[in-house]
Amino acid sequence: MSVVEGSEAVAMAIKACRPQVVSAYPISPQTHIVENLAKMVADGELDAQYVRVESEFSAASVVSGASATGSRAYTASSSQGLLLMTEVIYASAGMRLPFVITGVNRTISAPISIQVDHQDTMSLRDSGIIQLYVESVQEAYDTHIAAFKIAEDPKISLPVMVCMDGWILTHSYESVAYMGQEEIDRFLSPFEPEHFLDIKNPKSWGSYADDNVLMEFKYAVHQAMQDGKQRIREIFKELSLLTGRDYRGLVEAYRTEDADTIVIALGSVSGTVKESVDDLRSEGHQIGMVKIRCYRPFPFEDIWEAIKGARRIAVLDANISMGSEGAVGMDLKAKLYGLKNAPLLVDFIAGLGGREINKRALRNILQQLDTVGKKPPFLKEPNWVGLNPTLFP
Amino acid sequence: MKITKGAVVTGGTSLEYKTGDWRDQKPVLNQSWCKACGVCEEDCPDGAIHVEDGAFSIDYDFCKGCGICARECPTEAIQMIPEEK
Ligand code: SF4
Ligand code: SF4
Repeated sequence: MSVVEGSEAVAMAIKACRPQVVSAYPISPQTHIVENLAKMVADGELDAQYVRVESEFSAASVVSGASATGSRAYTASSSQGLLLMTEVIYASAGMRLPFVITGVNRTISAPISIQVDHQDTMSLRDSGIIQLYVESVQEAYDTHIAAFKIAEDPKISLPVMVCMDGWILTHSYESVAYMGQEEIDRFLSPFEPEHFLDIKNPKSWGSYADDNVLMEFKYAVHQAMQDGKQRIREIFKELSLLTGRDYRGLVEAYRTEDADTIVIALGSVSGTVKESVDDLRSEGHQIGMVKIRCYRPFPFEDIWEAIKGARRIAVLDANISMGSEGAVGMDLKAKLYGLKNAPLLVDFIAGLGGREINKRALRNILQQLDTVGKKPPFLKEPNWVGLNPTLFP
Repeated sequence: MKITKGAVVTGGTSLEYKTGDWRDQKPVLNQSWCKACGVCEEDCPDGAIHVEDGAFSIDYDFCKGCGICARECPTEAIQMIPEEK
């Protein structure tokens, strides 16, 4: 066990995965990760091309191009930087180019802020990138190692984003158990793509597709995600065996067996929710929580397995689709529609721009669930947790 | 035909696809005004202007009729005329 900063643990994971190309443009709170990697390359500890670029658009383009040459490639970004990468991420998913990005969560301007929420990564949910959310520094370390294996799986062949909460995970020190290099090499074999750029055998990626074939290409990406769920489950299972830590499943169910009320969350807040569940249970509430580990592809089957006995669901969405609701709430409602015994689901917008979601906030959510439960929920939604109406003009 | 993963296809096939039929304006080069400066060849975004033995000519199989050559030619040796099909 070492006590390390979250960013350093991620850099250690990336180094151990032996990337051949790393490219990045600095933006808080992601910067420490790529600074660590730059140092490793400069010190000769990591044998990779470190490409300094003038924008996140170029960073994403470099890793996308590197992947097309058959290189294992990595980049990281946050907030506006991820938005600037968006066009390249859509194109890379369509070209089925695997690489790994750490999406260090930070809110999106304006107003400008460097604090955490999930608006940035959630806005990429439709692009064809696989998204894994992590709760702790240890989970961030382990998940990055699995991320390359998932991305490069021939059946999947898509970019993967590991989403980790800025500051809370990147800048806090936690004890982390590193894996041995040999173990990692056994788990993650070298990247061997079906096609790669080769001047002796020229190929072109993402070539023109007319209306007679374009839908089929989009379907193929969607299907790679859908079928990929089973592969991701298997890879996580392998990771569990390797690490001795429990990564079974695309979601983690916590005390849900007999739960009447279930809170659904992603990322670092899950720890607080688990503590609250314990407190509330000791007071007699039948409450549990489900942490979504893999958000795209959306693991509804796994979520349903954990929530089907519950009467009420509260979704914590650290994002808002302006003019509608939170992304996770929308996803779940769409899947629950028409299912027999579907629980009541209420979407809570919580923690935007770093606003703390503490145990008190979770108690408030539970109380609101009691009130909302008696009214048609759609009239009240979404519920903004801890909003201060006295500030409105 | 089967689609490929990532729309990966054999490269270097553009010569097989004659893109000149997209054109609705056609550049016409007046050889007697041409000073063989090479500006049009350099500026053509489609590589559709070639020089052979000092004589410049336009390859209508690939010229898309953008008009850059006509705009840039210092002697106005290239004129755009409506394409007729
Ligand atoms: S019109 Fe455009 S494409 Fe055609 S020869 Fe001139 S520059 Fe090239
Ligand atoms: S730019 Fe005009 S003068 Fe120069 S080579 Fe082309 S046609 Fe001739």
